[in-house]
Amino acid sequence: MRYALEMKGITKEFPGVKALDNVQLNVKKGEIHALCGENGAGKSTLIKILSGLYPSGSYEGECLIHGKPQSFSSIRDAETAGIAIIYQELALVSEMTVAENIVLGAEPSRKGVIDWDQVTHDVQRWLAEVGLKNINPQEKIRNLGVGQQQLVEIAKALSKKAEILLLDEPTASLTDSEVEILMGILQELRKRGVTCLYISHKLNEVFRIADTITVLRDGQTVSTRPTSQMTEDQVIAQMVGRELTDRFPKSKRSPGEVLLSVQDYSVYEPGTKSKKVDRISFEIRKGEILGIAGLMGAGRTELVTSLFGGYPGKSDGEVWMDGKNIRIQSPKDAIRLGIALVTENRKETGLILGMDIRQNLSLAHLDRLHRGGVLQENEEVSLAEQYSQELRVKAPSLETVVGTLSGGNQQKVVIGKWLMTQPRLLILDEPTRGIDVGAKYEIYQIMNRLAEKGISIVMVSSELPEILGMSDRILVMHEGRFTAELSHEEATQENIMYAATGGQ
Amino acid sequence: MDAKLQHSGNEADKTLTGKQKAMQLLGKMDLRAYTMIAALLGIWVFFSFMNEFFLSPRNLSNLFLQMSVTSILAIGMLLVIVAGHIDLSVGSIVGLTGGIAAILQVWYDWNTLPVILVTLFVGVLIGLIQGWWVAYQAVPAFIVTLGGMMMFRGVLMGISKGSTIAPLEDTFKLIGSGYIPYLMGWGLAVVAIVVIAVSQWKQRQTRKKYGFALSPLYADVIKILFYAVLIGIFVSLMNSYKGIPFPIILVLVLAILFTFIAKKTRMGRHIYAIGGNTEAARLSGINVRWRTMTVFVFSSLLASITGIVLTARVNAATIGAGTMYELDAIAACVIGGTSLMGGSGTIVGAVIGALVMASLDNGMSIMNMENFWQFIVKGGVLILAVWFDMYSRRKKTA
Ligand SMILES: Nc1ncnc2c1ncn2[C@@H]1O[C@H](COP(=O)(O)OP(=O)(O)OP(=O)(O)O)[C@@H](O)[C@H]1O
Ligand SMILES: [Mg+2]
Repeated sequence: MRYALEMKGITKEFPGVKALDNVQLNVKKGEIHALCGENGAGKSTLIKILSGLYPSGSYEGECLIHGKPQSFSSIRDAETAGIAIIYQELALVSEMTVAENIVLGAEPSRKGVIDWDQVTHDVQRWLAEVGLKNINPQEKIRNLGVGQQQLVEIAKALSKKAEILLLDEPTASLTDSEVEILMGILQELRKRGVTCLYISHKLNEVFRIADTITVLRDGQTVSTRPTSQMTEDQVIAQMVGRELTDRFPKSKRSPGEVLLSVQDYSVYEPGTKSKKVDRISFEIRKGEILGIAGLMGAGRTELVTSLFGGYPGKSDGEVWMDGKNIRIQSPKDAIRLGIALVTENRKETGLILGMDIRQNLSLAHLDRLHRGGVLQENEEVSLAEQYSQELRVKAPSLETVVGTLSGGNQQKVVIGKWLMTQPRLLILDEPTRGIDVGAKYEIYQIMNRLAEKGISIVMVSSELPEILGMSDRILVMHEGRFTAELSHEEATQENIMYAATGGQ
Repeated sequence: MDAKLQHSGNEADKTLTGKQKAMQLLGKMDLRAYTMIAALLGIWVFFSFMNEFFLSPRNLSNLFLQMSVTSILAIGMLLVIVAGHIDLSVGSIVGLTGGIAAILQVWYDWNTLPVILVTLFVGVLIGLIQGWWVAYQAVPAFIVTLGGMMMFRGVLMGISKGSTIAPLEDTFKLIGSGYIPYLMGWGLAVVAIVVIAVSQWKQRQTRKKYGFALSPLYADVIKILFYAVLIGIFVSLMNSYKGIPFPIILVLVLAILFTFIAKKTRMGRHIYAIGGNTEAARLSGINVRWRTMTVFVFSSLLASITGIVLTARVNAATIGAGTMYELDAIAACVIGGTSLMGGSGTIVGAVIGALVMASLDNGMSIMNMENFWQFIVKGGVLILAVWFDMYSRRKKTA
C-alpha cells in the first residue's frame, strides 16, 4: 500500500462557514507532508477530523489509513489507529508535572496503581529524544517556557508510538535552536518510517524538511506536489491566489522628534527582588518602527508589559512622553495616553473567546463609546465594521464568536482592537505569530501606514527576517539588558544573534 | 485575493443550506429561552393535572409572589456569577436586613421611608465590605461570602436577641402584599406591549442598517404577538384574583433595569468581559477590581431589597428568614443557562429559572407532598437542567 493516509471528498460545515469543501489528501508512508494555506483555509479543521476530535458523521467524506477505511468517534479511536496530534494551541495541564502530562491518559499501571518508577524511566528517555535532557520530569509545566512546553507535547506524541504524527504549527512559538531540535526529530522519525503531516506558515521550514506540499485555499485542495517541483513564491501564489513579490512592503518615512523616552528602567519579578529588566534606557521617535530582538525569556515581554502598566511586578526608572514625566500605573492610564499593547498570547491575554468579534474589537475603546455609561451601539458597530474590513477578518459576520475563528483571524481581531483606540504608540509583541504570509504582508502594510502617519511602533519579535525587514532601528535584548543597538543598515542576522546570545 | 469579507448577512445567506438557515433562525429566536418556557409550561400542566387548584388565579398569584423573592436574589447572583464569582451570603443578608428594618420600625417606631433607606444603605455597605475583600484583597469570593453568611446570621441573632419582631405598619406591609388596581394593571400591560413592539422594530432597523442577518418579518410579528398574548393572559389572571401583586412589578422593573445594565452599558460589558477572561479584560484597560466590587454591591443591595419584601410579606422578621435562599438563587441562575465559569448568562434566564424553582415548590406543596420530597425533586431538576443544557450545546458544536 503506497499511501499511509488518504482523505477523500472531505466536506465539513460549521454554522455559516464551509470550512472544508471536497478536500482530497494523499500522504505517502514515511514522508513529511506539509499542509500550507492562508488563515482560515481549513488546515486545523482537516487534522481535527483526522484526529477524531470531530467524530465521523459530523463531516462528509472518507478517511483511509493504510488503505483501510476508518470512522473515528473519538480521539482514543484515532490513537488506537496510530495517529497522534500536536495541536496549534498547547494542550498541557499546567499544574501537573512534565512526567504526569506525558503519560496522561496512558499511565502504565498495575491493577490501577500507577507505576511511577516506570513512568520516570520512560519519560526521561522521551525527553532526551526531544533535546530536553536537562528538564526534571517532576517540574511543573507552568514553570517551563512556551518552547519547552511545545517540545514536551512532542515527547508526549512520541510516547504514544504513533505511526502518523499530525503537527499543527509546532514551531510557532519555538526559538531558533528549538526549531533545529524539532527538525532533527522529524528527520529521525522519517528514517524510522513515521509519517508526518506538518502545518506551518513558515515556508523556509517547509522547504527544508517536507517531501511533499499540499496547498489548501478556502477549504479546497489547490495542489499536491513534491517539494522539489515547487518554489516558495509558487506556494505563496497558490495560497493567496495572486503573486506576492516582496515579503516586506517598502515605505518612505522619516522619524520625527522623540515621543517616548525611557531611562534606567527596571522591572522586578512579582514579589521578589530579582530583575527581569535591568536598568534599560531607550527612546522612540514619532513615525519610527523600533524592533526589539532577543531570545525567548530575554525580558522583552516583561519590559513592554510593564511600560504599558500591565505587569504585576514592580518597576522603577523614569518614563517621559512628549517631554513630560509620566507614571503609568495601569493599562487604563496607558490607553488614555495613547499607548496600545498587542499582547503575545491572544488566547490568554488578548481575547474574550466567548464574545463576538464586535465586542472584542471595541473592548479597549469602550471608554469613548458611551454616553453616561450607556454604550453607543451604532457607533460601536460601524467602528467594528471598519476595522474588521481594514484587517480583512474572515468571518460570517461581526456576531461570530471569536473562539470559532482560525488562529490568524483571531490575531487580526486583537490587532484591530488596539488600532481602534487610535494609539500614538503601538507596541506589538510577536504580532505575526501564526499568521499566513498574505496576512503578514497586510499587517506590515498597516504598520508602515501608521508609521507614515507619525505613529510610533515598537515591535517585539523572535522572527529575525521580520525584525530586519520592518525596523528602522533594532535593539537586541539579552537577560534583561540591551546588548546592541543597530540601525536598519547595520543589522544582519549574524550580528543580531551574536548580541542576543550575550556577545556585546 | 478573492477571500472577500462576508460581512453582509445576505451574502452569507447565499452560501447557506436550508437546514443551516433554519438553525440560524432558531438561534436568533433564542432557542434556549423557548425551551425553558416550554419546560415551565410542562411543569404547570403536570401540576394542574395532579391538582386542579394549581392553575387557579389565587394560586398563581401566590406562586408569583413566592418567586419574587428568589428572582430578585437571582438577578444579583447572576451578575456575580457572570463576573466569575459566587455569593453565598445573600440568604443571610436577606435575614439581617429584614431584621434591621423590622427593629427600626417595631422597636424604634421609625416611619417606613427612612426604614427602607437605612436598610438599603446597610445592603450597600455590606456589599462594599465583601467586595473589597474579594476585589482588593484577592480572597476568593467563596470564602469571603461563606464567612459573611455565618457572620451576618450571627449579627442578626445578636441584634434581634433571638426573638421574632412583628407587626409592621400597613405602609410597610404594602411592599410585600399590595396589589395593583385592575385598570392600572391593564394600563401597564398596554404600555409593556407597545414598548416591546417599538424596541423590536428599532432593533430590526439597526440590524438592517448594518446588514446583519435578519429574521423574516413574520417571525418578529409572531414574537410580538406571543409576548402580547402572554402579557394579556397574565394580567387577566391576576386581575381575576386581586390584581397584580406589587412584588411582581418590582421584579419586572428590576429585571428590565438590570438587563439594560447588562446588555447596553459599559459596566455590563465590562462585567461579562471580566468573567470571560479577566487577564484580557485587565489589559484592555478595564478596572477589574472596581467592577468586581460593584458587582458585590449590586448583589447585597438586591438582597436587602429582598429582605424588605420578605419582611413585608410575612409581616415579621425572624432569625431564620432567608436561610438557604442563596442556594435557590444559584440554582435559578444555573437552570436559566448561566455558566458557573463566568462570562455568560442572562437575567431573563435567571428569572425564568426562579419561576421554575418556585413552581416546583408551590406545586409540590399544594399536592401535599412531604417536605423532603421537595428537596429531592428540586435537586434532581437542577442537575437535569444543566445536563440538558450541556448536551444540547455539545450537539450544536460537533
Ligand atoms: N468550531 C467552529 N465553529 C465555527 N466555525 C469554525 C469552527 N472551527 C473553525 N471554523 C471556521 O472554519 C474555517 C477554517 O478554520 P481552521 O481553523 O481550520 O483554519 P486554519 O487553516 O487552521 O487557519 P490558521 O492558519 O489561522 O490556523 C475558518 O473560517 C473558521 O472560522
Ligand atoms: Mg489552524
